[in-house]
Formats: sequence, C-alpha cells, structure tokens
Amino acid sequence: MSGETPMVLLPLGITAASALAVMLAAAVRGPTPRAATGRAAEALSVLGLAAALGSQLAVAGAAPRRVTPLFVFDGVSSILGAVVLASALAVVLLASAYLRRLDEPWEEIYALLLLGTAGALALTSSDHLVGLVLGLETLSVSLYGLVASVRTRGDEALEAAMKYLVLAGAASAFLLFGVALLYASVGTLELPALTAELSAGTPAGSELVTVAGLAFVLVGIGFKLALVPFHLWTPDVYQGAPAPITAFVATVSKGGVVAFLLRLVAAAGAVARPEDGEGLFVVLALLAGASILVGNLLALLQRDVKRLLAYSSIAHLGYLLVALLAGGELGPRAAVFYLIAYAVTILLAFGVVTILSRAEQEAGDLDAYRGLFWRRPILASAMAAAVFSLAGIPLTAGFVAKLYLLLAALDGSRFGLVGILVVGSVLGLYYYLRVVVAMLATPEPETAASEPVGASGGVALAGLGAVLIWIGVAPSAWLRILGIWLGG
Amino acid sequence: MKLVALVLVPLLGGLLAWPLGRRRTEWARIAAVLALGVDLALALSLLGPAGPGGWLATFELPWIPSLGIGLRLGLDGLSLVLVLLTLLVGLLAVFASWSEIRERVGFFHFNLCWVLAGILGVFLALDLVLFYFLWELMLVPMVFLIALWGHERKTYAAIKFFLYTQASGLLMLLAILGLGLAHQRAAGSWSFAYGDLLGVSLEPTLALWLMLGFFAAFAVKLPVVVLHTWLPDAHSQAPTAGSMVLAALLLKTGAYGLLRFAIPLFPDASVRFAPVAMVLGAIGVIYGAVLAFAQTDLKRLVAYTSVSHLGFVLLGIYAWTSFSLTGTVLQMVAHGLSTGALFVLAGALYERTHTRDLERLRGLAPVVPRMGAAALFFALASLGLPGLGNFVAEFLVLVGAWEVRPIPTTIAALGLVAATLYSLRFFQRAFHGPAAEAELADLRPRELTVLGAMGVALLWLGLAPQPLFEVVAPALDVLLRTAGGTP
Repeated sequence: MSGETPMVLLPLGITAASALAVMLAAAVRGPTPRAATGRAAEALSVLGLAAALGSQLAVAGAAPRRVTPLFVFDGVSSILGAVVLASALAVVLLASAYLRRLDEPWEEIYALLLLGTAGALALTSSDHLVGLVLGLETLSVSLYGLVASVRTRGDEALEAAMKYLVLAGAASAFLLFGVALLYASVGTLELPALTAELSAGTPAGSELVTVAGLAFVLVGIGFKLALVPFHLWTPDVYQGAPAPITAFVATVSKGGVVAFLLRLVAAAGAVARPEDGEGLFVVLALLAGASILVGNLLALLQRDVKRLLAYSSIAHLGYLLVALLAGGELGPRAAVFYLIAYAVTILLAFGVVTILSRAEQEAGDLDAYRGLFWRRPILASAMAAAVFSLAGIPLTAGFVAKLYLLLAALDGSRFGLVGILVVGSVLGLYYYLRVVVAMLATPEPETAASEPVGASGGVALAGLGAVLIWIGVAPSAWLRILGIWLGG
Repeated sequence: MKLVALVLVPLLGGLLAWPLGRRRTEWARIAAVLALGVDLALALSLLGPAGPGGWLATFELPWIPSLGIGLRLGLDGLSLVLVLLTLLVGLLAVFASWSEIRERVGFFHFNLCWVLAGILGVFLALDLVLFYFLWELMLVPMVFLIALWGHERKTYAAIKFFLYTQASGLLMLLAILGLGLAHQRAAGSWSFAYGDLLGVSLEPTLALWLMLGFFAAFAVKLPVVVLHTWLPDAHSQAPTAGSMVLAALLLKTGAYGLLRFAIPLFPDASVRFAPVAMVLGAIGVIYGAVLAFAQTDLKRLVAYTSVSHLGFVLLGIYAWTSFSLTGTVLQMVAHGLSTGALFVLAGALYERTHTRDLERLRGLAPVVPRMGAAALFFALASLGLPGLGNFVAEFLVLVGAWEVRPIPTTIAALGLVAATLYSLRFFQRAFHGPAAEAELADLRPRELTVLGAMGVALLWLGLAPQPLFEVVAPALDVLLRTAGGTP
C-alpha cells in the first residue's frame, strides 16, 4: 500500500467509525429511552455521513487504484459511493422528526443505518466476488434489523422483517453457492479475470457448473434490486418497514448493487468475443422487460402509496437495466444518471411520506393524501414534483434521465426493450396521475393529524427538491461530471 | 432576448398570480391580464420585415452542449401569427372566466398562464428536444385546469386527455431521438437543432417510421379521426377558459407541428403518406360534422365541430400547395376565434341556466337578445358564411387541395353543407321557438367586449385577410421550398 491508499478508504472508514460511535452512545444510554442520547446519535450520524461524503468527493478525481484484491476505486465507485452516502444522509435527515416522535429508544436505528451504508459503500468499489458477498451481507444484516426496528409499527413490520429475512437469506445462499460454483469451474473470484477466463472457454464438462454459478449470482443480485421474478418481497417490505427505512431500502441498498452490476456488464461486454457475453445480456434483458411490465401493471392495482412506490421502483430498476444493457459510450452514463435522478426522486417521495407518518399510523393509503394540496401546499408540491419526476414529465430530473436513457437505448439498438419501456411508461402515467389527482381533490373536513416537518426534514426536502429541479432544468453540469468520472 | 421574454413573461405572471390570488381574487386576474398584455405588446413589437430564411427573430443559447441540445428559439411569420392568436385568446380567456371561476382563483391563473407559456414556447422552439420539453410542459397545467375546475366527469376527461397526449408524445420523443441519432451517425456530432436536422438523409423506411412518430403526436392533438376520442370529453368537461385554450390553441400546436416539423423534416416520407393523411382529413370533416349534428350537449357539439374544421387543416397541410397552406393558417386563426367564441357563449349560457343540454334550452332569443345575436353571428362564422374568416380559409384550402387530390377534396367540400346543418340546428334549438319563461341576464359588458373583439377579428379576416397573408407568406415560402411542394 502506498501512502495515498488510506485516503480512498476514508469514506468507508468514517462511516464505519460513526456506526461504532453511535453504538457507544446507545450503550451509554442504558435501558431507558433518553432524548439526549437519541439526539447525540442523530448528530453523530449526520456529521459522520457528511464527513464521509465530503471525503468521498475530495478523493473522487484521483486515478483508479486497486486496494487489496477486493476493492477498486475508480470513477464508478466515486459516483455511486457519493450517491450512496448522499442518499443515506438524506434518509437520516428525513428520519429525524419521525424517530423523535417514537416513545422507544431509537439510537440503534442510526447504528444500523450507518452499518448498512458502509456495506453499500463497500459494494460500490468491489470487483471481486468476495467483496460482493461481504458488502451485500453487511447491508442485508443491517436491513433485517432495520425493517423490524420500530416496535410501535406492530405486526406489519415484524411480518415484513420475517419475509425479508427468509427471502434475503435464501437469496444470499444462492449467491454464495453461485460464487462457490464459479470458483470451482474457473478458479478465480476477481471479476476481470473471471470474465476473461469465461470467454477463453470453460474446460469441457464444466459448462453447466459455470452457467449455474453465474445464474445463482444473478439471483442474488436480482433479489437485491427487486427485479422480476425476484421481487416478491418488495411491496410487503416497502409497506411494512417504517417510512424512512423504506427510503433507505429503495435507494442506498440499490446504489451499491447497481455499481457491481455495472462492473459485471462492463467486464462481460469487454471480452474478446462479444457472443460469449450474449447469454448474460439475454438474461438481463428478460429481467428488465419483465420488471418494467410487471412492476407497472401491478402498480395500477395499488391503493397504498408505499406499495405503489414499491412496484414503481421495480419498474424503474427495469428501466435502469435497459440503459446498462445499451452499452456503448452512453449506456453506463445513462444508467448512472438514471440512478441519481431516481434516488433524488424516490427520496423526495418517501421524505413526504415520512413526514406525514407516525409510526403507529403511517400515511400509506391514498386517502391520507386526499386534498393534501390544499392543506399543506408545500409538502404536496414536493410530492407532486416527485411523482411527475417518476412519470418523466419536464422540469424534473426524471424527464432528463428518461430522455438520456432512451437515447442510450436507441444508440445501442435495443429496440425491443425501448418498446417495452414506452408501454411501461404509459401504464405508469395512469397511477402516478392518480396520486396527483387525489392530492388535488377537495379535502375532507376531518383530516389526518398534521405533523410538523422539522428543521432537518425541511432542509433535506428543500435540498432534494432543488436538485430535482436543477437536474430537470439544467442537467449539463451533471452530465459533464459523469463524462469526466466515467471516462469514455 | 425578446423571444425568451415572450415565454418567460407568462411564466412569471403565473408565479405572481398564485400567491396574489390567495390575498384577493381580483389581483390574480389582474396579474394574468397584465402579464399577457405585456406579452402581446412584446409580440407586436416583433412585427417587421423578415430576415434571411424568413426569420423575424432568433435566439440561441447552449443548454446541454454534450448532446447538442440548445435553447434555440425562432420566430417567423407563421409563429408570429400563432403567438398573437395565443395571447389574444389567452387574454380573452381570463376575461371570460372572470365570473365563472370563484375557487382557487390564484392557482387557476397560474395554470392558465403556464399552459399559454408552454404553447408559446412550442410555436417558437427550434430545437427538437426543447420542442418536446415545451410540448410536454403545457400538458400538466391543462390537465389541472380540466381536473380542478371542470364539470361532472372532469377527472375522467383529464386522465384521458393526459394519457392520449403523453402516449403519443413518447412516440414523438423516440422519433426525435432517432433523428438526432441518425444525424450523429452521419455528421459525427450531436445536434438537435432544427436547421441541422432538416438536411439529414435517411433511409426511406426509417424516415417513414420517424415521420409516423411525429405524426402520432400531432394527430392526437389536431385531432385526426380515430385518435380524436379524448377531445369531446376534454372540451366538454373543461371550464370555459380551458375549452377556449384547448380548441383555439392546443389543437393548433398539432397543426403547427405538422407544418414546421413532420413534413419539412421528412419530405419524401410525407409525400408517400400524403394520400392517407388527406383521406383522413376528408373523413374528419364529414365525421365531425355528422357527430356534431347528433349532439345534445352544447359543448360536445362545439367540440365535434372542431374535429370537422381541423379536418380541413389536415387536408390543406398535406396538399402542401401555397394556396392550401395559406388557407390552413387562416383556418387555424379563424377557427380559434369562432370556436373560442362559441365556448364563451356556451359558458355564459351554462352560468345562467346551469345546463348545456340542447333539449332543455329553448326560445332564448327573446329573453337574451344580445346573446342570440352573438350566437347567430358565430354560428354563421362556423358554417363558413362569406365575409367571415372561416369562409376564406376553407375556400383557399379547397382550391389548393383540388389541384393535388380532387376526390378527398370533393368529399371535404360536402362538409360545408353539413356545417350549415349543425350550426343552424344549434341556433334554432336554443334560441328559436316559443319564448322561454326564465328570467335571465343578457350578456354583460365584459362578455360583450370579449365576443365583440372576436367578432371584429373574424370580420377583418373575412373582408381583408391580405395583411395576414403578407405576414405569413415568407415563412410558408421557406417551408414550401424546404419540402419541395408545388408552389
């Protein structure tokens, strides 16, 4: 290791250290809830994540470098690491008011959030299957706890957590088994070496083992990204988990996995004979198409906003895959850009849900939003902006991201997927508009309790809204940064 | 800079009207009037001799340089006429809704101003991505206008309108991106500038598909029969100002898109497609007229007359001759005024009688004589009475289209007869017969001013359309030359 190496590890180090510090704060507290330690944990998390994000941005321009065989720090990890950290920061800020309303201790939630973030951060820079497993498990184990973390949520959260535990456990088992099979047939776990070996031709008799290995690894990844047909946990977990945790699941936990997929696709696309990578592309294309159609179709039936956003997130990850598959110069950029726009949008949406929610009665049902526009115009405008961004309407980030994505997909001649994407988008318009129409409806005389936004929540919402409009109106600075960091 | 201001002023006016309307409703109305009035003055100041390429003014600023997307605006005679129409109708719409809209007045004017800004932008945009951006931008406020201040089935109508326009818009987006990509492959650099994309050479099949992508979006807006089913719902459910903007302006964006983009960008594919489009236009003329005749809902009746009148526009555009295009532009303006006025009357009637049902409206002429006179005037305008703008327009379209394709033109000409039927039926139903018993207020001075302005404009277009032709001619000549039509 040269002298510079610790610098690139700084964001990960700061995040992990903050997690430890928060755990200490929880230990100091003792068994009874105390507002002071809770706030200390909150402050520690905010400061830790902000420092991590700052250091991430500071080291981002550096040349690519490998640290241990497990991690590589390059443009992809710079951008997606920043996305993960910024999303985590937003989640922590948005969660503040929600968590302070709890009458149970909540320091551990911050510790788990930070640990999960560290796992996702590790994922963004791992191009080794062991790095993948490490990162993914750190993330998953934190999520088991997080989904069930608020006891006042009652059975709903417990059910969601059990479901997640069992299914995610199974997915992890698949992933590990796949890794083992790949190692058995190819003899290496490093991604570039692995794909090179695969394209050089597998030893006779082990094709089946290799294909099974790859397929099992894809199951693990597909589960985390909630791609159809590995999406069954998504609506229940989105609905059952506390609203801020849902925001975390929807953004942070996806960012890291997308980074790995980006590397996998890039490695598979770079092999000498393109037809060797084709099998992977076909499978991913099927997953993308199925996710877009199933996600949008099932979202049509939802009356619960959190479930609706869950299905919509399934569809959006499908869109993102389309960009990934497009390849070329535009493909990876479009995918990363889409992820950024999606993260900002969905954080804004869940931010509004979080602020409107109490642990014992969350603002899930569409009725909770009826007439919101007249009761709380600013919150409703934020929600409308987020929904329009998901639908890809101008002035929002979602519009530019979708435009860029379609351009990349056409450039890569993925016409079939483009067709599916357009059909999916039109389906999506209907249910997105339904949310907006509900918010515009005449308010009922008896309205839900009006929760205060809170200072940190207000800051986070304002920031997210500003970025959403900024990307939507003047995206050239963002595209330039992507161009520099992702090269090409 | 003036072109940017032209779009920005209504946007700012809308932003101002919203909070002001919370204080006092009148302030929101005044803010909207001021913004649109200033904008109208601005637009009038752009009148002048055309520069090279027919442009009166252009503007360019990089927006997303890495993809060659820029804030490119340009105004020629065609744009100017439509911009003036937009601002005039917009102003009259504010006046027409003065007493109709009583709830959420600030937000109403915000949406109205933003729709108008989007429409103005569409008439000015010379970058295809910017064009799509503005094309989509005008939808959401329009949906709000229908969904919030509309009649009984407003939500249904609003969602239907949104889905139709968005779905077809996405097809246009794909076509725009495909065209940009073709340019990139040919020239090696990205550009979505109208001027750059005009010259791209395309394979015939690809050109046809891309052209159809554009046509889909414009055909929904225009509307072309088969894709028109959103229109009667949206027009009849929208509030008066919404119906005015829809009929007088939004439909014109479809016609403008065909004139400015679909045909010049794909001249060869358009020639192949022209027979189909002209037949569709002729069918639209007859179909709209027949259905208008059968309606009992006053606003639906007017909505179907739009389908019929815009059929002439489609016919004229795809005939692509100097006469037919001139007629088309005049038809766009005259239809905007006459249909807008009919919607004002329908709104005024609804405000007084609380019904739009022609079965229940009887013998109103003796009760509200001024309204009766106005209704007769605009019904006659709509049926194409010589001396009013619509007659000149439809005559020119028919003359121009006859040289190219006589059969669809002959069919469309029958539409003039049908127009007489539905217009007179409407007037006879609502205003003749034994005098109604009800006590109704006749047209107020404000309403009279709105209708009077539209009537005078129609008379002017009917008696002395030459000034309008002179403004439009250079722009149409350029279009004809780029797409190689028969002059």
